[in-house]
Amino acid sequence: MSLAKIKHIVLVLSGKGGVGKSSVTTQLALSLSLAGHSVGILDIDLTGPSIPRMFAIEDAKVTQAPGGWLPTTVHEADPLNGIGSLRIMSLGFLLPGRGDAVVWRGPKKTAMVRQFLSDVFWDELDYLLIDTPPGTSDEHISLAETLLQKARPDQFAGAVVVTTPQAVATADVRKELNFCSKTGIRVLGVVENMSGYVCPNCSECTNIFSSGGGEVMANDFNVRFLGRIPIDPQFLVLIETGRRPQYPEGTVINGQDISTPAHAAGSQGEVTDPAPLVQKYRDCSLAPLFGAITADVISVVGQAN
Amino acid sequence: MAPSLEAPEPVEDVLANPLKQKPQLVAPEPEHCPGPESEQAGTADSCAGCPNQKICAAAPKGPDPDLPLITARLAGVKHKILVLSGKGGVGKSTVTCQLARAFATNPDITVGVMDTDICGPSIPKMLGVESETIHVSSAGWSPAWAMDNLAVMSIQFMLPNRDDAIIWRGPKKNGLIKQFLKDVEWGDLDFLLVDTPPGTSDEHLSVNTYLKESGIEGAVIVTTPQEVSLLDVRKEIDFCRKAGIKVLGLVENMSLFVCPKCTHVSEIFRATTGGGRALAQEMDIPFLGAIPLDPRIGMSCDYGESFFDSFPDSPACKALKGVVRDLAARIGLDPKDVMPDE
Repeated sequence: MSLAKIKHIVLVLSGKGGVGKSSVTTQLALSLSLAGHSVGILDIDLTGPSIPRMFAIEDAKVTQAPGGWLPTTVHEADPLNGIGSLRIMSLGFLLPGRGDAVVWRGPKKTAMVRQFLSDVFWDELDYLLIDTPPGTSDEHISLAETLLQKARPDQFAGAVVVTTPQAVATADVRKELNFCSKTGIRVLGVVENMSGYVCPNCSECTNIFSSGGGEVMANDFNVRFLGRIPIDPQFLVLIETGRRPQYPEGTVINGQDISTPAHAAGSQGEVTDPAPLVQKYRDCSLAPLFGAITADVISVVGQAN
Repeated sequence: MAPSLEAPEPVEDVLANPLKQKPQLVAPEPEHCPGPESEQAGTADSCAGCPNQKICAAAPKGPDPDLPLITARLAGVKHKILVLSGKGGVGKSTVTCQLARAFATNPDITVGVMDTDICGPSIPKMLGVESETIHVSSAGWSPAWAMDNLAVMSIQFMLPNRDDAIIWRGPKKNGLIKQFLKDVEWGDLDFLLVDTPPGTSDEHLSVNTYLKESGIEGAVIVTTPQEVSLLDVRKEIDFCRKAGIKVLGLVENMSLFVCPKCTHVSEIFRATTGGGRALAQEMDIPFLGAIPLDPRIGMSCDYGESFFDSFPDSPACKALKGVVRDLAARIGLDPKDVMPDE
């Protein structure tokens, strides 16, 4: 089993699509890496893999090794700055064209998930995050089945469940929480994503998809609530163009001034910042929020062992 | 070992018998397997040398005997329209509901909505019929009626508890979709809107197979402006082409956000690559319109109310009406008949 050298496996789940599983996975991975842990991401969203786009490595191809595949490296460990390595495996790497549809029925997806779990050569990893498609179907059943049977109990830490605040989304995510309890997957906590949007002009926060729904749901199901994440268009810009996040003067998050210093603001619109994503992410307003969530996840994972 | 997976419950049944409805194979399917349920099973080029070849070739084949039944059942349905998107959470169900509501504002039009999102049904909540159940009569299953001329069918109506998880593998989902088409008493409908889950998998393949004979008018594809979403939507359009489904048009949802305080317009999901309009041009499909991000749409969906009735003058409502008119014109109807001007 290629999972043998991995310390903790964490799933990122949601019953609803488009709530930000992939962006939460991405940010958890970046935060874990910033905390000095070595991280891997396995993207099993077979019909809509987004992770390669998130890390701007859509052109990457998987390297074949005897008996398996090697993951793609986003960045190597940097012990001087306390940054851990980050590696990725996604079905997107195996597709010939980025616009090609993967039209697979259940059994084929099941076989692929098994193969992804057993044939990828992960090196020593502190955390393996598994990004999943929405729903409670073939991929999830196979994943639960394979991990519960093959991974060591201390290895399979559990699932982070992502939702958005509106009732239409939590209705589906409640089903996902029931899926976890039925299959015996431990829920590490609930993240409420897209909770509020701050107008870049007047700093008025609008709850586009309402607010608080994730916390209510977490309380109803008696699981930990990890926190609320607002929508930050700067994060989307960082992902889509690679531009370092910039904030107008006086932007304060959690009592910390994160506005862009005047001398750096001159580089407006410059997209060819050569720094790795993980460095640029440090400047994002969401980084401190995810830092807290990550610390929470690490401590919950630690309690299990 | 995980004891919870072995308990004799339906969900565990799924886990224990993963591939119930296909021939019992002696080896895993190879990479280029045409699918053991498919027509070429056992005879395709890639089947040569496969240990399963004989088993697959011997399995029953040919068109599904239920197809004529489905066609007969849907004979009274004039236009069957799919709502698709490769990406989740872009507003497929919202667009489906708003289309349905918009069509239904005309009392002469009868609309049906079929929710094929088995694992995450949202339609009943959005149309305010979440607590309905299915009634079975000799004529078939009666759909729930959200309005006098708006029928709804969803798996949500079959669940004993609202939050129950539906942990089904593909073949079981296909079975239910077939029943929705074969056993539901849809009656005479002007429009049947089919809401789908994200992706290009079992549900989409089944809907396409079962409806092929009775004729699909086409598909409305929903996207949000950012590239992460367009990426998956591109795959969906590719799927439509491969499956021979006509793309009626692309709707861009959540395009612009107007701050309610200072009316500053911002792009929350920034269209770094040109958004839906550019994609429509690139793929050579009609662009039906862009619907702005209005928190009140989400709110009225949460409460199952009609956004059209509650906020008829909002820009989002006007954009939706434009989409409906354009769509009506594209399926050869007079937009004025479908959506009369006030």
